[in-house]
Amino acid sequence: MLTIKNLHAEVEGKKILKGINLEINKGEMHAIMGPNGSGKSSLASVLAGRDNYTVTEGEVWFNGKNLLDMAPEDRAREGVFLAFQYPVEIPGVSNLNFLKTALNEIRAYKGLPALEAREFLKLTKEKQQLVDFHSNLMNRSLNEGFSGGEKKRNEIFQLAMLDPQLAILDETDSGLDIDALRIVSNGVNKLRDGEKSFVVITHYQRLLEYIIPDFVHVLYNGRIIKTGTKELALELEERGYDWLKEELHLKESV
Amino acid sequence: MINSNEIIDDIANKEYEFGFSTDIEMDMAPPGLNEDIIRFISAKKNEPEWLLEWRLKGFAAFKKMEFPKWQHFEMPELDLQALSYYAAPKKKVQLNSLDEVDPELLATFAKLGIPLNEQKALTGVAVDAVFDSVSVATTFKGKLKEMGVIFCSFGEAVQEHPDLVKKYLGSVVPHTDNIFAALNAAVFSDGSFVYIPKGVRCPMELSTYFRINAQNTGQFERTLIIADDNSYVSYLEGCTAPMRDENQLHAAVVELVAMEHAEIKYSTVQNWYPGDKDGKGGIYNFVTKRGICKGTASKISWTQVETGSAITWKYPSVILQGDHSEGEFYSVAVVRNKQIADTGTKIHHIGKGTKSRIISKGISAGRGDNSYRGLVSVGPRADNARNFTQCDSLLIGNQCGSHTFPYIESRNKTAMIEHEATTSKIGEDQIFYLNQRGIDSEKTVALIVNGYVKEVLNQLPMEFAVEAQKLLSITLEGSVG
Repeated sequence: MLTIKNLHAEVEGKKILKGINLEINKGEMHAIMGPNGSGKSSLASVLAGRDNYTVTEGEVWFNGKNLLDMAPEDRAREGVFLAFQYPVEIPGVSNLNFLKTALNEIRAYKGLPALEAREFLKLTKEKQQLVDFHSNLMNRSLNEGFSGGEKKRNEIFQLAMLDPQLAILDETDSGLDIDALRIVSNGVNKLRDGEKSFVVITHYQRLLEYIIPDFVHVLYNGRIIKTGTKELALELEERGYDWLKEELHLKESV
Repeated sequence: MINSNEIIDDIANKEYEFGFSTDIEMDMAPPGLNEDIIRFISAKKNEPEWLLEWRLKGFAAFKKMEFPKWQHFEMPELDLQALSYYAAPKKKVQLNSLDEVDPELLATFAKLGIPLNEQKALTGVAVDAVFDSVSVATTFKGKLKEMGVIFCSFGEAVQEHPDLVKKYLGSVVPHTDNIFAALNAAVFSDGSFVYIPKGVRCPMELSTYFRINAQNTGQFERTLIIADDNSYVSYLEGCTAPMRDENQLHAAVVELVAMEHAEIKYSTVQNWYPGDKDGKGGIYNFVTKRGICKGTASKISWTQVETGSAITWKYPSVILQGDHSEGEFYSVAVVRNKQIADTGTKIHHIGKGTKSRIISKGISAGRGDNSYRGLVSVGPRADNARNFTQCDSLLIGNQCGSHTFPYIESRNKTAMIEHEATTSKIGEDQIFYLNQRGIDSEKTVALIVNGYVKEVLNQLPMEFAVEAQKLLSITLEGSVG
């Protein structure tokens, strides 16, 4: 589904990604871990098409299409969803109106007619229950005055509504208490349908107790330095990242 | 990837949708401003002597006045002698029905989307259309007449209802008020007249469309609306003009009079030609609008959506004379390219227990410059007067300007005056967030702007709110990346 080949990117002249290779197949759950500043969130931003990142080398293919050639909105319409680490507040635009617009833009891109108001509301209700999202947040301005937890839950709710093929969760667990974490993770797990693929970016192993990954990758200094299964996450929790860094330096000095 | 500067440049190339002009034989006076031309206009319109006298007094006042200097923009050079002060479609004869209107003219109004023909009666809007200087057709006259509502062109009112005109003309905006009001008094051409009798709730929106078509003319229309005791009227004006390289002056006067328990709602959707991306051409919209709440518990509400004109310079005001009367001002002013807006309101609290509410939403894009200027004054008799003002500015891009000049004068200790102001910017983060949900940048801006102005658009009659929303989207198309 997603193939990343030797991806290099920089922001304001500073090299951030230094040759990422990653293959994600349909239905897989990938976790990306790594110390601060290793490039995790940058990878998410580059895939989503954020303006201030420049790709200097490499390719990204999504379902046979060159993702890097597309505008951010087209990437979204093709089925790439980014759950933001810091969801943005949009005063004056209701959550409901925003979602209806987004959904219908994506449908129009696929040549589908806009959803009838009734169908839309039905879908909204269904997904609200699925990810345990309060209906009283629906008519409020998008994320405005939402608590940290509410914002993150809104991201998962949007994910459920827009039903993408690839969901990138950028530190969705940060700033969540244990209850909110459980609710968000349950939501994600319910959305695992064998079709959708996930990239979960996180600092902590804690999230991966709830969301069990198929693969765990360690990102360090702009490169994936180790790939394993869920056991790798446990090992990282126990031993930290230093042993990996040492391993890497040993390899490089040889 | 889209570069925001490119898109900001893009906006400039967006063409004005109503920029066509219509070829109709015009009856035009030679350029120049003098007593002769005033007598000529008055004679053309077959006016009574007192009105000519009033015009001449206006002209005398005009000659003694100078252009103001306090505005927040450089006053353009106006050559008032180069303008023609009278232009009318030649075929103007007594029109009894729409069938007799010049088809070219009807086609123009059709292009503007004005529900002029009676087939569109379903929209329930009665329209008076002013083309250059002359009022062309008034729909629904029959139906309104049954209820005693007078809705006609100003010229017609002078002939048919001279007593009402004489009593109220200049009673709210005197001929000495300001230089443009004085000029208007001297040379005003036509406009609309409304009288709502006691106890009548006008059953439909009354609407006027103003269109400047001829070259080198100014438009100086005059609107007078009187709502007698316990009556209600909602009135809407819309305006467009063709694209021309030179600037054209629009100096209108609107006077509103609300008697006891009467309510007047006056809405404007202004889309005069704004000039091109370098600020060449466009309308100077220098208008004096004022209403007086004469009676107890009367109410006047101004709503304006200003998207056009090279310069918009106006302060629709309310004099709250009657005890417990109420004034409102809701405004959205958009500037882009090199447009300028210096607009706001003046509310004078004179009567006891008077209330006012001001909601102003400025949007600046491109190299536009937007100023809110407002005065809230509370007189010594106005016990327990209340005012709430909210003044918001939204910036799009890095080259635009936004300014706020609020003045508050209170001479009564019991007055309560609140002023709130915010400035915000449509941020790249917001745009990227919505892009990532499949919404392109233009739709994103439209979505955010519509959310921002909702409170004001909600004040407009529904069909016009939709129109205004579309107009805003078109106006701001491509203003960010």
